[in-house]
Amino acid sequence: MASLSMGLNNDSRNRRTSGYWAFLGHRISGLALAAFLPLHFLALGSALSGEDALQKVIGWTDMPFVKLAELGLVFSLALHLGLGLRILYIEHAANMKRHKFFAGLSFIFAGTATLVFLLSLSVL
Amino acid sequence: MPGTSTLERRLFRLQRLSAMVLAVCLVVHLITMILAVQGGLTAAEILARTRDNTAWLAFYLAFVLMVTLHVPIGLRNILRELTGWPTSRVNLASLFAGFVLLTFGLRAAWAVFLA
Amino acid sequence: MTQAIATEASVVKVRVWRGKEQGEYQAYEVPRQPSQTVLDIVTYIQREIDPSLSYRFACRVGVCGSCAMVVNGQARWTCRTHVDKVAQDGEIEIAPLRNLPVVKDLVTDMAPFFDKWAKAKGQFQGDTTRHDEFARVEPESKQRQAVDLAIECIGCGVCYSSCDVVSWRPDYLGPAALNRAWTLMNDVRDTGKEDRLEAVGNDAGCLACHTHTSCTELCPKQLSPTASIAGLKRMVR
Repeated sequence: MASLSMGLNNDSRNRRTSGYWAFLGHRISGLALAAFLPLHFLALGSALSGEDALQKVIGWTDMPFVKLAELGLVFSLALHLGLGLRILYIEHAANMKRHKFFAGLSFIFAGTATLVFLLSLSVL
Repeated sequence: MPGTSTLERRLFRLQRLSAMVLAVCLVVHLITMILAVQGGLTAAEILARTRDNTAWLAFYLAFVLMVTLHVPIGLRNILRELTGWPTSRVNLASLFAGFVLLTFGLRAAWAVFLA
Repeated sequence: MTQAIATEASVVKVRVWRGKEQGEYQAYEVPRQPSQTVLDIVTYIQREIDPSLSYRFACRVGVCGSCAMVVNGQARWTCRTHVDKVAQDGEIEIAPLRNLPVVKDLVTDMAPFFDKWAKAKGQFQGDTTRHDEFARVEPESKQRQAVDLAIECIGCGVCYSSCDVVSWRPDYLGPAALNRAWTLMNDVRDTGKEDRLEAVGNDAGCLACHTHTSCTELCPKQLSPTASIAGLKRMVR
């Protein structure tokens, strides 16, 4: 006896639509940002104890794991922005013509922003 | 389990409106970050820009306020969909998230202004 | 009917869901024919192999929507699905529509689907009688054009079956009901707009749509419930 697969509905053979990837990217990046923000605020708040305190916190970003997380966050930031604009477009323009294009564009924008950030860290 | 229609509509509108403002804030923030990390990021550099600067303070206060609206409403939707929690618990969790973001955020904006 | 030689190439291996929500896939082998549809396959199984198989169909020419099932994970009209198109390596998996109670095998209970239609106030409300003048509806008006793009829905349930939000939120009204509500919100004769907006402008209504666009991609009539729901969101402002 088996049960009709429930849970995430529509198994992988359903060939996920670009709208689904856009939704997933938007949600995951949103959660990542939401989790990160309080830490970000706490880190900046250390400036209340003076410049050296803030510098010490910034020093943590030298750790490779933190650097990687930083890149992930830049990616999340740009992705969430791009996909959010896509939603605003769909909802305001009453137009489904370019929604796939904007989904793809958002991922490319996020990748580009991350690359630029990475270059800024190392080379520029 | 649905919430009252008026509340849902207001939250939806707030979510979208805060998103539009945040879009502007984010673009500024991205550019600022990319410029700031060039040549290495130092506290001195950050604070030189924000210290006693009321324009940046206003910007970051607006940023924090928009985030305090946008994030909890987004989290609320996620909780509604992925958990079976009653509306009261969902609302409470979202309010808590908003409280954390507001207090931590205001403190951060003030910290870099004052330092 | 000529008997097909039972070689590998001329047989379709089919797995069909039997039972209710609990059950199992049962395997059958069906002779392959030219221009064969998935409905042909199901019909063959029921008539020639296993008369206990339950399924629905009516027009079998792509007009009524009764034969909608999930084929290889995608909801579609089986009478309009050619075996050649979906049989990967000569194999097909057929299941009932999702997000609906299963009556038996491939038959689902459509009542919840239509209950939500009613909940979304998907019925026309008018205030004129036969004694009044005909209503004048401009066909080229923006409102009527919006209606025309969405009005052809025949309630087949493919979109409802394919919607992730429907499976996550049991109270979500769903793409079809909201699409119909949108057509009525743009109907100049309708007088029930305020109640309808109240019915759809909430978390269980249009606000819950995350624009996955599975509904739009899979609608056999090429409608776009996503666009209709976006329209409702604009009205909710």
